[in-house]
Amino acid sequence: MSMKHGSRSQFGEHLFQAVALFSVVLPLLLLLYLLGDVALDAVGRLDWDFIVNYPSRKPENAGILPALVGSLYLILLTAVIALPIGVGAAIYLEEYGGQSRLASVIEVNIANLAGVPSVIYGLLGLGVFVRALGMGRSLIAGACTMALLILPVIVVVSREAMRTVPNSLREAAVALGATRWQSIRQVILPMAYPGILTGAILAVSRAIGETAPLVVVGALTYVTFVPDGIDSPFTALPIQIFNWISRPQQGFVLNAAAGIAVLLVTMIILNALAILLRNRLQTKAR
Amino acid sequence: MSTSDPVVEGPVRGDSIAGKNRPQGRASSLRGTTPMSERVVEALLMGCGLLTVCTTAGILFILFKETFAFFAEVPLAAVLFDVQWTPLFLDKHFGIWPLVCGTVLTSGIAMLVALPFGLMSAVYLSEFAGPASRRVLKPALEVLAGVPTIVYGYFALVVVTPALQELVPGLAGFNALSPGIIIGVMVIPTIASLTEDALHAVPDHLREASYALGAAKMPTIMRVVMPAAGSGIAAAVILAIARAIGETMVVAIAAGQQARLTLDPRLPIETMTAYIVQISMGDTPNGTMEYRTIFLIGAALFLMTFAMNVIGFRMARRARRSST
Repeated sequence: MSMKHGSRSQFGEHLFQAVALFSVVLPLLLLLYLLGDVALDAVGRLDWDFIVNYPSRKPENAGILPALVGSLYLILLTAVIALPIGVGAAIYLEEYGGQSRLASVIEVNIANLAGVPSVIYGLLGLGVFVRALGMGRSLIAGACTMALLILPVIVVVSREAMRTVPNSLREAAVALGATRWQSIRQVILPMAYPGILTGAILAVSRAIGETAPLVVVGALTYVTFVPDGIDSPFTALPIQIFNWISRPQQGFVLNAAAGIAVLLVTMIILNALAILLRNRLQTKAR
Repeated sequence: MSTSDPVVEGPVRGDSIAGKNRPQGRASSLRGTTPMSERVVEALLMGCGLLTVCTTAGILFILFKETFAFFAEVPLAAVLFDVQWTPLFLDKHFGIWPLVCGTVLTSGIAMLVALPFGLMSAVYLSEFAGPASRRVLKPALEVLAGVPTIVYGYFALVVVTPALQELVPGLAGFNALSPGIIIGVMVIPTIASLTEDALHAVPDHLREASYALGAAKMPTIMRVVMPAAGSGIAAAVILAIARAIGETMVVAIAAGQQARLTLDPRLPIETMTAYIVQISMGDTPNGTMEYRTIFLIGAALFLMTFAMNVIGFRMARRARRSST
């Protein structure tokens, strides 16, 4: 009796563990399957012509150049805008704000901003940058919108990086007579720099896949030129993919798959770059 | 070190800490006064922090300015007590419920997928997995949240819907079911990682007490650990729902962009987020009714997600406090 009961509960225990493992593995297998499916669709369209051609009404002639260049300009501008502000806010919260009321307001606010749907940032960008500040549907308006979107992430990763700098170094700098800003600029930031840079690249690589804010800000869907300045109209990789998905012809669906492959490879390159940089800078710092 | 960084300017490494300004710095700090340049720097940094507050203020201002302009022309009752949403038709109706219904439907389906998988993933990672498999599985699960939503939209429309049409009779080419399932997959990592944190925070002596009473691992997890982590898990679920509600591209691509008051997951529907995208894809002249409706919907969306995020963060913080 008790033996049987024991083996039955044993079976239940194993089943439970198996179900738990299955819950982790099944979504991953699904993702692998879907990615494999995209790769199969993409492989027929992916060649050098696809990278360097302009969009076309014939799917087999269409290329992704304006979108690729647009996305690269966009994330570069986004990083240039978001990085100084984000790191500045992080320095304030970590090194100056302390327990002050203002610091805790900023902190709660950043946590809340991180939960705001990205499409709402698009509405903010449309209202402020495109209309009120008169930037129009330009690259710079898109970059400003994206910068606000990734700002909370930049602040969080920068703070984490600065927190890893041991307090003894801050104290040593102050003991040597350095002012607060001197110790931040010459001791804390150089030490935190690998972490900040890695986090920033990861944040930017996520921004490159963001679609909804750019749609709302007014990125164009059919662009036959490469942007020639920050006030130029533009398109971006996800916008081009969205446009292709929305068309009924099968040829454009294959183009969308090829565009997705380009987007994912760009993201993987950025992520790999972040990991490489972190490893190199960390060994240097030691 | 040839990389130029806009923030870390000046001497980076191999430079003496104090530099040539040392005596001045020390003298001033001994006197207890802060030099002008230091105060300017602090003010600039504070400005960066305040800019994030300005972002929130900007969102509120833009959303509600256009929403008030909308309500100057359309009474609130026309939004709340109508069951049709047809702002683009000649016969305009502004009943918000079809869009809310579409959002609730897709998010509901998403949670039906994400809840069991997210919770059980967390249980596996926290209670069963060894350090080696954790190191692999945790980041792998995070990848699910890192794939761009446009890619998930493609999956929903091109792969999942045709596959489901084999199984579900009467499933339209655009429907709520397929994007709902895909959004569910997307938010699994949100539930899994927050729940795992909550399970981790449960002190080990509770588990040991349960084992000492003769309970096996499964009853210990289900009856002792999970209840003890209850508020942390609730926070995870609320934050995941907020994410599902705000998800945009998957529904814009695969759900059909037809505002419809239905809970039938096989039909084309439209969510609040997808409506904003639909109008934005067209050319929306400033000051028209279409232009204002996207801010009205945006304001409603913001209020919903904001409320859920605030409640979620509160619960997560309370869970952390009570466990330490």
